[in-house]
Amino acid sequence: MVLKTEEMTLNMGPQHPSTHGVLRLELQLDGEFIVDVIPHIGYLHRCFEKHAEFMTYPQVVPYTDRMDYLASMYNEFGYAVAVEKLLGIEVPERVEFIRVIMGELQRIASHLVALGTYGADIGAVTPFLFCFRDREKILSLFEMASGARLLYNYIWVGGVSRDLPPDFLRLAKEFVDYFRPKIKELNDLLSFNKIFIERTANIGILPLDVAVNYGITGPMLRASGMKWDLRKDDPYSVYNKFDFDIPVGDGRMGTVGDSWDRYYVRIIEMEESLKIVEQALNQIPEGDVLSAIPKRIKPPVGQVYGRVENPRGELGYFIVSDGTVNPKRIKVRPPSFVNLAVIGELCKGHMIADVISVLGSIDIVLGEIDR
Amino acid sequence: MTEKEIFEILKEKFGDSIIEFVEAQAGENYIKVSPLEIDKVCAFLFTDDRLLFDSLINFSGVDDANGEKKVNEDGSFDFIGGTLSVVYHIESLKHLHKLTLAVSVEKDKPDVVSVTDIWAHANWHEREAFDLLGINFLNHPDLRRILMPYDWEGGFPLRKDYKDPEFYRGMKVPY
Repeated sequence: MVLKTEEMTLNMGPQHPSTHGVLRLELQLDGEFIVDVIPHIGYLHRCFEKHAEFMTYPQVVPYTDRMDYLASMYNEFGYAVAVEKLLGIEVPERVEFIRVIMGELQRIASHLVALGTYGADIGAVTPFLFCFRDREKILSLFEMASGARLLYNYIWVGGVSRDLPPDFLRLAKEFVDYFRPKIKELNDLLSFNKIFIERTANIGILPLDVAVNYGITGPMLRASGMKWDLRKDDPYSVYNKFDFDIPVGDGRMGTVGDSWDRYYVRIIEMEESLKIVEQALNQIPEGDVLSAIPKRIKPPVGQVYGRVENPRGELGYFIVSDGTVNPKRIKVRPPSFVNLAVIGELCKGHMIADVISVLGSIDIVLGEIDR
Repeated sequence: MTEKEIFEILKEKFGDSIIEFVEAQAGENYIKVSPLEIDKVCAFLFTDDRLLFDSLINFSGVDDANGEKKVNEDGSFDFIGGTLSVVYHIESLKHLHKLTLAVSVEKDKPDVVSVTDIWAHANWHEREAFDLLGINFLNHPDLRRILMPYDWEGGFPLRKDYKDPEFYRGMKVPY
């Protein structure tokens, strides 16, 4: 007797705890094996780009916070870099140092969420709590500087909204000393845990040529073995003044570009970010942070593409100016949007439980994908 | 290689399909290409040994808002005619040079050839430009809406003369 077989469609989401937001994955299944994954996005679409056309340039900054809400500082940073490039203005060195300190602390905070929730998705709940405990300390530093815990409106075009409070440098240094041993703790708890490795190594392998063709950037591209980081390869701000390394995936637990590599690249990146923060805290010059903020931003007719290395990859702003105080068009190149597009390639041939593992290793933020 | 040198190479190879080299007052320069030849130009940029543009870094649709503006009685306005543009930012990870290409099409017949075959990255960005601006990408494998609901019939939100529809699925839209 011949058994009847057919492909089955299964919807994962939109309300699923491990889709990290409102995302629907349409799984085409052959038994429990994945034939294809079709993501359906747009549930959080709130027309950032259309809103921005009715705002003046400085008014857009709070909106950028709300795209990638786990890395708000870096969204503002990217927007400021793009508009300053269009205007052709220089900002004081102290401002650049403050931006780098905030940006790298934000990278650590964002990676902590990524790594913690990744462990929680796979079943390790303790590291998740440890990660949030440490992230809380970074949020307190941000609250001290900007007054807000998640959506800061701190980095403005031409400067930052206010100077660092007097105690900030001391507390930030204390955080660096506090956090360095915690990375080892996370390694002991999660990274080299046998169960975790079994669930992530050799799962969702992303070959380098596929990654480049799909425009993948950030930790995902580096995990596939390419040493590419805009902080080194297209330096902006004052990143060329610091000594740090770009980690790449080496397939230590399985194959280059698997989920474990994508996870571990983020761990090393946190160490490198700590190095940058430490150097910046020691070298930060005195100065006025408000002096370069333009009174009225009215760029000439033209267009510019400014990009920075966000915790998730290349965050780009394409701004078209028609010579008025409102931007004619702001197009965001969100790293999560681009990185999510490859999920079909990553999941083919794996099982349903591995979709969770692959999705967690991509580290998406739906607020940014849907804008 | 500089943008100007790449422009010369392209001009020699493709002739009239390469329309002009635009030097911007502010920001960056770009090369304007014919919308129906853009796939051939990109395929050449992708494969030629001197150029090797293996990475599409950004892809944007733009409403140029350059038609004839007609103001209605209620204060809203329409553009008669005018063009839509698509801007491609590409980069070579081997030679480390960058280039900006642009095409512009009439709003009445917004047909651009898809470059998804060359860079898979373009797939979702082209769907987004189709969704929000109504640019039609020929030869695209899967041209569906992406950010707006699949059954949205209220027009293309990023066009400058977009107006909210009265109702969506029986719900009143303007509030």
